[in-house]
Amino acid sequence: MRPLVTAVGLLLGWEGLVWLTGAPPYILPPPSRVLTVLIERLDLLLAEALWTAAEMLIGLLLGLALGAALAVAFAASAGWRRWALPLVVASQAIPVIAIAPLLVLWLGYGMASKVAMAALVIFFPVVSTLYDGLRRTDQGWLDLARTMDANPRAILLQIRLPAALPALASGARIAAAVAPIGAVIGEWVGASAGLGYLMTLSLARGQTPLAFAALVVLCLLGLALYHATDRAARRLVPWQSQGE
Amino acid sequence: MTSLVVAPPLLVCRAHIAYGDRRVARDLSLEFPAGRTTCLLGRSGVGKTSLLRWLAGLLPGATQAQPIAFMAQSDLLLPWLSVLDNVLLGYRLRGDAAALRSAEGRARALLDDVGLAGRSGDRPDQLSGGMRQRAALARTLCEDRPVVLMDEPFAHLDAVTRFDLQDLAARLLADRTVVMVTHDPLEALRLGHHIRVLSGPPLAAGEPIEPSGPLPRDPADAALLGLHARLLAELRGQPT
Repeated sequence: MRPLVTAVGLLLGWEGLVWLTGAPPYILPPPSRVLTVLIERLDLLLAEALWTAAEMLIGLLLGLALGAALAVAFAASAGWRRWALPLVVASQAIPVIAIAPLLVLWLGYGMASKVAMAALVIFFPVVSTLYDGLRRTDQGWLDLARTMDANPRAILLQIRLPAALPALASGARIAAAVAPIGAVIGEWVGASAGLGYLMTLSLARGQTPLAFAALVVLCLLGLALYHATDRAARRLVPWQSQGE
Repeated sequence: MTSLVVAPPLLVCRAHIAYGDRRVARDLSLEFPAGRTTCLLGRSGVGKTSLLRWLAGLLPGATQAQPIAFMAQSDLLLPWLSVLDNVLLGYRLRGDAAALRSAEGRARALLDDVGLAGRSGDRPDQLSGGMRQRAALARTLCEDRPVVLMDEPFAHLDAVTRFDLQDLAARLLADRTVVMVTHDPLEALRLGHHIRVLSGPPLAAGEPIEPSGPLPRDPADAALLGLHARLLAELRGQPT
């Protein structure tokens, strides 16, 4: 309830600021105007939101799968770790915004380049949290498994991996939170659909209230994705969320 | 219940035990008699746990002399498996589907023995501490190994629960070669055919003490209380 009060307070302050300064709507539209546009252009906004949501969701699934596979490979084999882990870390030193134009160049203006961008920002938190989780298995469990003559593969799949699922769950939450970044950056650089595309287009045409409305929808979309992921993560590790 | 014919003795012959950089034992020779429970008693830091881990083949350079089942201080139940699946963990890890199927009946019988028959489908976090340790005992016995190593298995439990579990363990561990590390002289007196007081480092074992009477012994027995005082005195006499 409290954050809602804060939000309403901020919106009122914003409305008052516009009223006091008399700023034109193409510079700073008041929240009331944004709301009006949001309702009037709802069809357009929803259509673009659907496109962006698809990009985010496919990117999230792809990033999760890629990240999880890499983390398991790193945990399973020292060879993989030595040859590829430094590269994975180095890949994060390149700002995704710098390679966005390249991805658009290679994969086109369609959905593929945005999915790739989202997957690119998503896979790293997944790799690093899951790999961390895989390395921190309770020594007692590992000892117990050794006295039971378990081979390394069985230990990885039946003990280390399930034990690391809470870590994967927090990686997935971070991934869901950054997924919109990847998708929207991709749309800014070059696209023919999506909320990011709508924002750049309407700003260029002086339709700032529409850009704000797209931003609001994007924000709600991000929140929905985060909460859906959070719920899925809790289902994945019921023994962790029981006490919460 | 048990399908064992004869449990073998466990022999330690001129062993060198090191834990990290720490030398725990040099030239240590010990015999744990077959089919008996030997309790190892000693103050913290003498290397009891290192000895047990060495016996279990868990220290670098150590090899497991023979198949053993290991029970630690914490229950080590896997939170994502049901109680039954935890009891069957060894079979699941070894991945032999036929052995897993045939062991299920035994696992259920063991859960019945430890009083958890109705809880086999529950997750461990739904059990109390005492129940969890009983499930761990069932898992240890389900391995059906002739030698059982136990590292202070009941140390975390409250006095009454511990007492109950000692009774249960004495009944279910009969005929196996058991090595149990404990801090508690009374526990050693209730559960050990033989008690050896450890000192060190370097690790050395005192002469075996063999209290009379069947297990679990009655703690109200006057002879037992006399031995309790003697064991405490012996432990206190050691430098720390």
